[in-house]
Amino acid sequence: MLACRSFAAPARQCLRRANGTSRWAPALAQSQSRFYAAIAEEDKVAKFKGTKGNDGKYTVTFIEGDGIGPEIAQSVKDIYSAANVPIKWESVDVTPRLKDGKTVIPDEAIDSVTKNYVALKGPLATPVGKGHVSLNLTLRRTFNLFANVRPCKSIAGYKTPYDNVDTVLIRENTEGEYSGIEHVVVDGVVQSIKLITRDACERVLRFAFQHATEIGRKKVRAVHKATIMKMSDGLFLSIAREIAKEFPNIEFDAELLDNTCLKMVTDPLPYNDKVLVMPNLYGDILSDMCAGLIGGLGLTPSGNIGDECSIFEAVHGSAPDIAGKQLANPTALLLSSMMMLQHMGLNDHANNIQRAIFKVIAEGKTITGDLGGKAKTYEYADAVIKALK
Amino acid sequence: MLSRTSQKTAQTLLRGARPASRCVAGPSMATRTMASLAQDIFKPTKFGGKYTVTLIPGDGIGAEVSESVKEIFKADNVPIEWEQIDVSGIEDGNKHTEELFRESIASLKRNKIGLKGILHTPVERSGHQSFNVALRQELDIYASIVLIKNIPGYQGRHNGIDLCIIRENTEGEYSGLEHQSVSGVVESLKIITRAKSERIAKFAFAFALANNRKKVTCIHKANIMKLADGLFRNTFKRVAEDYPTLETNDMIVDNASMQCVSRPQQFDVMVMPNLYGGILSNIGAGLVGGPGIVPGCNMGRDVAVFEPGCRHVGLDIKGKDQANPTALLLSAAMLLRHLGLDDHANRISQSVYRVIEEGKARTRDMGGSTTTHEFTRAILDQMERV
Repeated sequence: MLACRSFAAPARQCLRRANGTSRWAPALAQSQSRFYAAIAEEDKVAKFKGTKGNDGKYTVTFIEGDGIGPEIAQSVKDIYSAANVPIKWESVDVTPRLKDGKTVIPDEAIDSVTKNYVALKGPLATPVGKGHVSLNLTLRRTFNLFANVRPCKSIAGYKTPYDNVDTVLIRENTEGEYSGIEHVVVDGVVQSIKLITRDACERVLRFAFQHATEIGRKKVRAVHKATIMKMSDGLFLSIAREIAKEFPNIEFDAELLDNTCLKMVTDPLPYNDKVLVMPNLYGDILSDMCAGLIGGLGLTPSGNIGDECSIFEAVHGSAPDIAGKQLANPTALLLSSMMMLQHMGLNDHANNIQRAIFKVIAEGKTITGDLGGKAKTYEYADAVIKALK
Repeated sequence: MLSRTSQKTAQTLLRGARPASRCVAGPSMATRTMASLAQDIFKPTKFGGKYTVTLIPGDGIGAEVSESVKEIFKADNVPIEWEQIDVSGIEDGNKHTEELFRESIASLKRNKIGLKGILHTPVERSGHQSFNVALRQELDIYASIVLIKNIPGYQGRHNGIDLCIIRENTEGEYSGLEHQSVSGVVESLKIITRAKSERIAKFAFAFALANNRKKVTCIHKANIMKLADGLFRNTFKRVAEDYPTLETNDMIVDNASMQCVSRPQQFDVMVMPNLYGGILSNIGAGLVGGPGIVPGCNMGRDVAVFEPGCRHVGLDIKGKDQANPTALLLSAAMLLRHLGLDDHANRISQSVYRVIEEGKARTRDMGGSTTTHEFTRAILDQMERV
């Protein structure tokens, strides 16, 4: 399967045009000769392109976010400088601005992410019912973040009814039920369109197989509802079977959404050796469900992978009620930044910090209120710093 | 026990529904006949002292668990005559499949009541549309009720779960409207209408009132599907104004599924569009012990079809005498209550619960090694003792 990267969904083209095509020109030119057939180092989907600056450090865009965002961002910064991670932060503000009658993300923020190829993002408050598209969705579209990676791993020291959960879920992020194409046919009758395209499916599925190889899992499972949605989910499924042939070392199978829900809740352990890949809505629901298995969004990292840029984020809310009180738990953002380090190839630093985080939580002495402890955000960060090697 | 909540027959439930008028105004007037829960709904006929009930065993484990239901009904002298139709969704080249399917619909229309296993649906694109979905759409059995509750004596992951999932059954993602605009670009339509949203919301509130439940939660994804799920949510809110005694709230479906696995006790009655219902009923079933023990039914204005709440065919254990008939038995007990045969319903469901609580006879899905036959035998023995 030789799929050239220069395709673009109409919606995306619109956005690119809106943002000024010049920025994308080099990227497109670069991708002209790029094929997906093998995953040799230079041909990988969504490979990190950033380079170290003169000071030997990578620059990473930091969207600190709202509410508890700045506090947990500070913890991340403190821990990173203590661990000597070769990263320089570039903080940007993404508060939407009005431009040509539309709310858009400030150009500085977009330029920063485009330049650095990678960003870490805290929680953003999405005003409900104000009529504009959520910032998360805007970021996803602007940078064409086609895959959402959501690993969920039980954390020693925090007990839930489920033990030893270790799932990895990849969600198609750009189309499906969230295509945003809806209309009122007549009063009281609404059609909402679930859009499934070959290009988007191929891309996310290929990424799923590649990710499975990278994290050392031997099985990929596609989750679908092709019994009912024979054409749309059927297309996803048949493409999955095609792509599977390119990865003979990885076992592929498919499972009906209903069965996945049932089995994961009954016993998630059989999913510990698999990477699950699925269309948008199913992925949204299942990834949050998996987070529920291990104790909620405060402990789950997330990565949004795009062709050019990738954004790693904490998916929990901005919790304005406890903002500024040093009560927030920075673990989700920290773990997301671990995914970012792995994406950047800084695995040693990631392992070092991750070990320290898990050690502190397992000891249970300095943990934040949501985990049943009394520690302040900075006390937790200090404990992690002390646990570093 | 499930019998607590389903003690009230479905009939009283429907009668209890107030003919709400406030939320039907203006242009939606025309939809009123469709959305109202009238009193004339359910009149199955009794011939020679017996009700005729359509029985569709379904594929997979259907035949085995139906046999179990028939045996137990016979032993209890339940005044029911089965009209069995062995329609199958497995494509075996049998040309009568379609014919049998038409026949089962005719039978259900005639009898107005049925007990049904699950029919297999092929994944292949050339395969037929889901018979399960076609049946629900054809008969307009719009409300699916799934009761998720811990069974005493059987330890699940959580305790104290007692929730009820009410799912719109006839539109939404299961509309079956799909097309390929150009090669490699497929559109699948999700249809949400005000009339059907209103109908299911009213049903949910009526159900909550009739069954003494306190809270109704609307599950949606209106933050993304602003128009479609927005319509569902807004309609729910408008209908809710007519039921001031009930507590209402709404929750986004991804959050709801997370809450379901971490703190399921917070939910009471949940009402939602089609696909989310499929997802949450499976999550719910996983919490209390699997599809083998979750009963359910599908209600329409004319017809009521009772089927296991968590719709799994069970092809993998077909014919192995391992299936758990509890889900179909409890669904059958709901059917009896619907007919007003509460004595029979109580005797059967209580015997099932007693057998599970004693823990000696457990099928494989509940961690035992009892066969379907032995399990049925244990229930029969228990019924003799009562």
